Amino acid sequence: MHTRLLSAGLLAIALSAAALPAVAQRTDAQSSDFADARRFSYQDGEHLYRAICQGCHMPEGQGAQGAGAYPALAANPNLEAAAYPIHMVVNGQKAMPSFGYLSDAQVAAVVGYIRTHFGNGFAEPVTAEEVKDTRITP
Amino acid sequence: MAVENIMPSAGRMTRRQLLSMIGTAAGSSVMYQAATSLGYAAESEFKGPPSLSGAPKGASVLILGAGWAGLVAAYELGKAGYKVQVLEYREKAGGRAWTLRGGDTYTELGGFTQKVGFDKGHYLNPGPWRVPYHHRAVMHYYHELGVKLEPFFQINYNAYVHSKSAFDGKPQRYRHVLADFNGHVAELLAKLGHKGGLDGYVTKEDQEKLLAAMQDWGALDDNYAYAANADTSNRRGFEKDPGGGLSGEPVFSKPIEFSQLLQSGLWRAIGTGSGYEFQTALFQPEGGMDAGPMALAEKVKDKITFNAKVTEIHQDNGGVTVTYVDTKAGGAVKTAKADWCLCTIPASILSQIKKNVSPAMEAAIDALPYEAAFKVGLQFKRRFWEQDEEIYGGISYTDLPISLIAYPQSNYGSKGKGVLLGAYPWGPFAYEFAAMAPEERVKKCVEFGAQIHPQYRQEFENGVAVAWHRVPWTLGCFGSWTPEKRKEHYNNLCQIDGRILLAGEHVSYLPAWQEGAVLSSLDAITRLHQRITAR
Repeated sequence: MHTRLLSAGLLAIALSAAALPAVAQRTDAQSSDFADARRFSYQDGEHLYRAICQGCHMPEGQGAQGAGAYPALAANPNLEAAAYPIHMVVNGQKAMPSFGYLSDAQVAAVVGYIRTHFGNGFAEPVTAEEVKDTRITP
Repeated sequence: MAVENIMPSAGRMTRRQLLSMIGTAAGSSVMYQAATSLGYAAESEFKGPPSLSGAPKGASVLILGAGWAGLVAAYELGKAGYKVQVLEYREKAGGRAWTLRGGDTYTELGGFTQKVGFDKGHYLNPGPWRVPYHHRAVMHYYHELGVKLEPFFQINYNAYVHSKSAFDGKPQRYRHVLADFNGHVAELLAKLGHKGGLDGYVTKEDQEKLLAAMQDWGALDDNYAYAANADTSNRRGFEKDPGGGLSGEPVFSKPIEFSQLLQSGLWRAIGTGSGYEFQTALFQPEGGMDAGPMALAEKVKDKITFNAKVTEIHQDNGGVTVTYVDTKAGGAVKTAKADWCLCTIPASILSQIKKNVSPAMEAAIDALPYEAAFKVGLQFKRRFWEQDEEIYGGISYTDLPISLIAYPQSNYGSKGKGVLLGAYPWGPFAYEFAAMAPEERVKKCVEFGAQIHPQYRQEFENGVAVAWHRVPWTLGCFGSWTPEKRKEHYNNLCQIDGRILLAGEHVSYLPAWQEGAVLSSLDAITRLHQRITAR
């Protein structure tokens, strides 16, 4: 694990390891955060959003603008069809990396969270089944 | 005659004379090795700066980005007689070869602003921070521009390897883990050999040599055991070091038990330094990693326009027109025109900029996700790692989310303050740090680091944290190629697309390294020059 943190050349290997079913031992964390070096351990949508998505899409889903931009998730009509955000999380797009190593349930939880927060009112639940189908036909 | 004995006088003879001398004295295999080290026999990635003669009078190249790739291009094309202009988004040159110093202000995406509180002379390199000797292109420019280098210790045998779930969370010295792991493995192999366990795999003659090698490599005793004695203490260190006079008798140290060592997982950290990119010698520029690009920028300073945010890249038969806005002064949209355009803007940004390139290049630009990485610089009141723990430079590794602690590689023994690199994770840990407010990241890093160095709690003063996905001008740390993506898109990314071509670490086989950016730039301008002069 330590070697990969240093070598760009090894990152691809590390990422493919991360894409496998979790082999790393789940460790107790010193805090409620940072449970595992290879994957995100949270299961609920809000925790997943706070640990991953808000790094780019920001705490209120407002997005950000620099030399390039991170799109806002707040009040975003593109989230109405759940398949779209599911696809983005599973496959990534352009500079956004894939988070395909999240479980189907984790993807469903975080997509469900953004569709029902930040001014988005798409209450229809997102299921792990839908995520599974997205993985099969990207 | 040993090669090293004649090397010091090599400067007074030609390479050919030297090679012939080695060849005569030691046979052809030594000659081949010597030839390789002098850059003759094996192909080198870097063959010196390009020779770009015969540039057509008035031919112009517009360069986008003033990091290593853009600056090298501006410098070399300028020397070759091209008319060169550089547009840079930031207020200064250097790109990701970036150094944060006391008094600097850094505002990341989301508007979170940090004022760097380090004392004078202390700094953090948020991006690249070390240069292996074989990054020949970067080394060439350091030497040409007179950038002073300091040694960078990748391995420090007295630094720590640490796991929160091993040895009750107590950090272990690197040299203990390395010596004991090698010693125990050697002993095991020797035992197997003596019991006939290697029969059928290794011939009897080879087994004899192997046993001798294990004894030598592992510091095994006459009975092929890895035990507490003078030989093993000479590897792992002593319980009490040898001294002088009546009090000088050493006390040997006791190796860690094999099973405990295996179960600890600490062996994961002992291989890092044997990777090609981390083998001695490595260097850092004195005073911060931006020294290289700053020296280059000084050479081309009249050619760079700062605070220029590119909004469109358009090419037609007449040339390339780039539209940009001045992010400081505002005002009307501006344009810059040239015959050709070398674009070093990261693909993460470029994928969002309107441009007319071929579908194949567009697809390549769009195919590259950008990785997460995180660094924090922490200033302490005193250099306790040196004063209390005898750790001078180098790196401690941990499975905590900070992943490592790297100690300052200059001003050893200073009585004053010190700034260390308090975290450098990639992957999920880096995402989690990025998702926090900067002050929260610093706080967490101090908490985690205190598990390795309890002095953190007393001595910490201030810190600055950089999460690369929040850096406004890159939206990530570096382009993340997979073998599949490279196969599908890499060549398309490298093409001269009409009048536009790309350079940067993302257009190289050395992602995230400065060397990748420089080599891609040299490759691009060489091909561009060939194209132009072939007309």
